[in-house]
Amino acid sequence: MTNTLHRLQRPDDPKDDYVVFALATRGINDADLLQTARKFLEVSLKYQPVNMAGGTRFGPMYRPEKDLNLFKLYFRGRKESVTPAQLVAEVNYPGQALVVFDNKEKLEGFLKEIKELDLGLSVNVSSLVDDVREMAPRTGVKPHSINYALGFRGDLYLLPDRQVLGLTTMCGHGLISGNFAKKMVDAVKEKRLTPEKAAGYLAKFCVCGAFNTSRAVRLLKGEDVPTVDTKKAPCHFPGAKRA
Amino acid sequence: MHINQKKCIGCANCVPVCPMGAIFINDNKLAEINPEVCVECQACYRGMSVENLPKQPTRFFRGVLAFFKLRFQPDPDICPTGAITRDELTWPRSLRRVFSDPLMPHESTGIGGRGTMEVKNNDVTGRVKEGEAGFTVEFGRPGVGVYFREVDRLCRSLVGTPVIFEKENPVTSLMSDTKTGKIRDDVLNEKVLSCILEFKVKVTDMPGILEAIEREANRLDTVVALGIAIRCNADGNDTVRKQLEAMGFDAWRGKINLGLGRHTNPQKLQEAAR
Repeated sequence: MTNTLHRLQRPDDPKDDYVVFALATRGINDADLLQTARKFLEVSLKYQPVNMAGGTRFGPMYRPEKDLNLFKLYFRGRKESVTPAQLVAEVNYPGQALVVFDNKEKLEGFLKEIKELDLGLSVNVSSLVDDVREMAPRTGVKPHSINYALGFRGDLYLLPDRQVLGLTTMCGHGLISGNFAKKMVDAVKEKRLTPEKAAGYLAKFCVCGAFNTSRAVRLLKGEDVPTVDTKKAPCHFPGAKRA
Repeated sequence: MHINQKKCIGCANCVPVCPMGAIFINDNKLAEINPEVCVECQACYRGMSVENLPKQPTRFFRGVLAFFKLRFQPDPDICPTGAITRDELTWPRSLRRVFSDPLMPHESTGIGGRGTMEVKNNDVTGRVKEGEAGFTVEFGRPGVGVYFREVDRLCRSLVGTPVIFEKENPVTSLMSDTKTGKIRDDVLNEKVLSCILEFKVKVTDMPGILEAIEREANRLDTVVALGIAIRCNADGNDTVRKQLEAMGFDAWRGKINLGLGRHTNPQKLQEAAR
């Protein structure tokens, strides 16, 4: 699985996208997975993750409502996400635990605590590699193995524009449609939706909880959308390899 | 996937939601799914909220509003009547869901998703060692989709290179011959949201393989997302990144295994002690 690997991101983008997940391997470190995964998620609460997923029956923080009615829609109001604390309380079966941070300092603090806890799970960070290497002396964790993202190849004319691609690639399983992301971008531009509301709608389609709503708000506002510098580094984006 | 024509009110909310663009408004002004384009990812069924409105009053209300050039429009993620339903899938169509729905575990791996754990648990499995490069070639990503005939083309183009396809990978399990990379004939015309080809080579063979993939990928009617997994040295550094940069790749983003995993199962610990 490479679901968080190929997010559209450049080194000079704002530092607001860090996915951390812990997983166990069958027969090796899965004996007490329910407790260890819950502990992993509990520790993250202090650092205010923007999205989160764990072993629950109901999905990640942002989830669709299947039982809406007129009363819920127009009087009570929609309940589009649960809080991180509620999600941790819901964890009731062993599975992968995943948290998303929108801040480098939060990631650093979290990694430091996880290292001290020594849960025995395989912990991975999906982000810019230099960010993790740079904080290694302070966190005490250094890369063991790395899966590098080398960008997209093939018929790149099939891809949408970079603002949309920035949003859709945050769900690596591809469940966030480019057309829906475009619709949300337009709705925000026309002020029919707030960026926060639109980001929440998009997040519901990402079943693994890796969608970064904080970064989505920034992209929906059109701020710091990844651009192509044809002289510097086009190969990570729709375009050809660097000359 | 299927849209119940007796329930649909034609609000078109589901049309942009489909990652493959398979949903359209038909001549009856109701939503319909093009089964050839649909990859059974369940995004429309699972991702949309449901309002459970009664269909006849809602249609009547919409009609009255339309007469006055007004529009009843629910929130963009809502199917007002719960008209989207799942079909019972048979082979080979069931393959579409196995590869496209991340909550559907694949028989060959036992995990949800389209590939193996690659280096996510390399700290306890040691699958990729120093001096080796694990390739992940993801077809159809992001948001384009791919037919297995395209996958077959690229797999077969790698014959003659030192590639050995990962045995536990779902795509490898569809090959009729892992030496030639030939995908089974009965699945060639099946479309999936994406699928991942995985193999491991020596780092010295990496440049040649990358060139071969790039050459063939440019002829495909889809996109591929490339990834290379490596094992770092004791200091957490690697030489592969410099090599990739010298070749013109910008390897700045990655999935980093922090090496915190260890054997904790009592049985394994006893075995180790023995």
